[in-house]
Amino acid sequence: MENTKKRFRFVKTNNPPFWVKPLIPVLALIGTFIITSGLILWAKANPFDTYFQFLIAPLSNRVSILEILVKSTPLILCGVAVTFAFSASYYNIGAEGQLYAGAIAAAGLGQILFDVPASIAIPIMIIGGFIAGMAWALIPALLKVKLAVDEVVTTLLMNSIMAYIVSALLNGPWRDPVSGWPQSAEISPTAMFFRIVPRSRLNLGFIIAVVSLIILWVVLSRTSFGLRMRAVGLGKPAANFAGIDVSNTILKAALISGGIAGLAGVAEVAGIQFHLIGELSSDYGYTGVIIATLGSLNAFGVGLASLFFGLVDQGAQTVSRTLGVPVYLGEVTQSAMLLVTLGMLLLQRYRIRRM
Amino acid sequence: MEIFLVNLIAATFRVSTPILLAALGETINEKAGILNLGIEGIMFFGAFVGFFAADKTGSLWIGLLFAILSGVLAGLLMGLLSVTLGVNQHVSGLGITLLLTGLSLFGFRLEYGGSSTPPSIEPFQQLTPLANVPILGTLLQQYAFTYVAFLVIVPLAWWILYKTRFGLHIRAVGENPEAVDAAGVNVATIRYSALAIGGGLMAAGGAFLSLASLGAFSHGIISGRGWVAIAIVIFGNWVPLKCMFGALIFGGANALQLRLQALGFNLPIPYESFLAFPYIVTIIALVLAGRNASYPAALLKPYRRE
Repeated sequence: MENTKKRFRFVKTNNPPFWVKPLIPVLALIGTFIITSGLILWAKANPFDTYFQFLIAPLSNRVSILEILVKSTPLILCGVAVTFAFSASYYNIGAEGQLYAGAIAAAGLGQILFDVPASIAIPIMIIGGFIAGMAWALIPALLKVKLAVDEVVTTLLMNSIMAYIVSALLNGPWRDPVSGWPQSAEISPTAMFFRIVPRSRLNLGFIIAVVSLIILWVVLSRTSFGLRMRAVGLGKPAANFAGIDVSNTILKAALISGGIAGLAGVAEVAGIQFHLIGELSSDYGYTGVIIATLGSLNAFGVGLASLFFGLVDQGAQTVSRTLGVPVYLGEVTQSAMLLVTLGMLLLQRYRIRRM
Repeated sequence: MEIFLVNLIAATFRVSTPILLAALGETINEKAGILNLGIEGIMFFGAFVGFFAADKTGSLWIGLLFAILSGVLAGLLMGLLSVTLGVNQHVSGLGITLLLTGLSLFGFRLEYGGSSTPPSIEPFQQLTPLANVPILGTLLQQYAFTYVAFLVIVPLAWWILYKTRFGLHIRAVGENPEAVDAAGVNVATIRYSALAIGGGLMAAGGAFLSLASLGAFSHGIISGRGWVAIAIVIFGNWVPLKCMFGALIFGGANALQLRLQALGFNLPIPYESFLAFPYIVTIIALVLAGRNASYPAALLKPYRRE
């Protein structure tokens, strides 16, 4: 039947023309712009003005550039966390919950570290947050390797459970006794992350995020563990045949992933908020999945995607303030960009032919 | 005690309805070989579109219609990504959830952001057959949604999947798309149809919350119910009737915590433990069902004719 009429078809190609690769991000940006401009018109704003305020204006002054780095900090950490897990094809969608696990640890430790100097308190915060994130990731990881329970579903459900734990803490034992707000007491000044640049919010958290990117690069490209992870990611039966302990590799990847997501929570509590609050994360854990994918699971890509998404978050606040376009434009832009780019990437691997 | 139990059972059916609709939609998707993680966002979008359309037109039915249409469109978008373009299903589904969540919140802020009181509409009324009969009257006092979900959609989904040619094709593209293709049936068309139907059901589940049980829309309206529905599909082993029992277990756990809260039990544990309880039950159910789970063989695999 198909042979009787001409139609468009995807044909696999291994050698895409040289001009395709650099074209993809450009086309993805244009595609995203077209999709989101409908929303901007709905908000009765001019798409070109909005896009200028959204993506160009934040780059024009020092204050907002530093703020972009602040906003990209949790995104880098969550992107790295997801990349570790996805590299071993362990689909950890639970970075959101693991982030809050780290944040709870940081807020808890920060409240008892008053008599401890910063040189001791800060390492304790970091290690504690890492362990908490790991612990929260342990349950679905064990269920996966021991009982073959699908990790996508369990990590998602664990996010919902964590949201209730945070709410229980903030409405119960940790409710601020002075203000009555649902937020924990302020952490000890010695447990707060120091600022890198004076009169900005840029802090130690950003350095931790950059270090996590370097570790990701080293582990994936320079260690035998990274090689094992990628082998498992490419195909479990083949990896098993090659003598790799698949369960052990997945378990380790899952725990490292959870720990790094936990660090994102520590960085937000110790570097920015100094309290545990319910709205600590605006879906950073889920955005981490987008970032890991757009960054094609490598450190350089993850770093670049995180910085760009940091700009999108900063720009969305600007347009919300100056033009009255709802701040959720940022979230829509990020997810639309993911979907458009994924579509474009396939153009790289397939050519459209009439046949 | 008797009144408590009767109320609990009645509430169980009410609370299970949105999860059941979504789980049936997801079952049809996964039977065709597509894991649709867009479910959470499609439910959220359905809840928003339904509310918005009902509020603007003054008709709950038009609201419901638009909600279902929005779900169908979202299902087709998932088809474009996962079927035509062959993108990783985890990532494309999650991307759709984030996109639709963002779109709904954008629209909600734009249209209702200025009002100080949360906007609400006059929701669907419950049906009250045999209202004068003591126990039966309470049990039967349900929304039309609930009746349709349990008495029409569950048997219909089973009938379509197992007794029709179309259902055979759906199950076959989820198990062995090559064979379906060789038999001269278009794999993509079947998968797109399954995604459209599934998306419509998910959105209807979301719209039940905004148009019937709440009469309002809020940020936390879905709060993970889509993820629970996915767990229920696995627990129910991709069989509509078993999914119904799964949905009732979650609904029962949820109804129990709502009843206990309403009775004002002064327990030494925070009320959030009751809210988290159904999610924990779902994970345990998943573990118990895990060993016997028989995933559709072609799940997560895009089909390409080589």
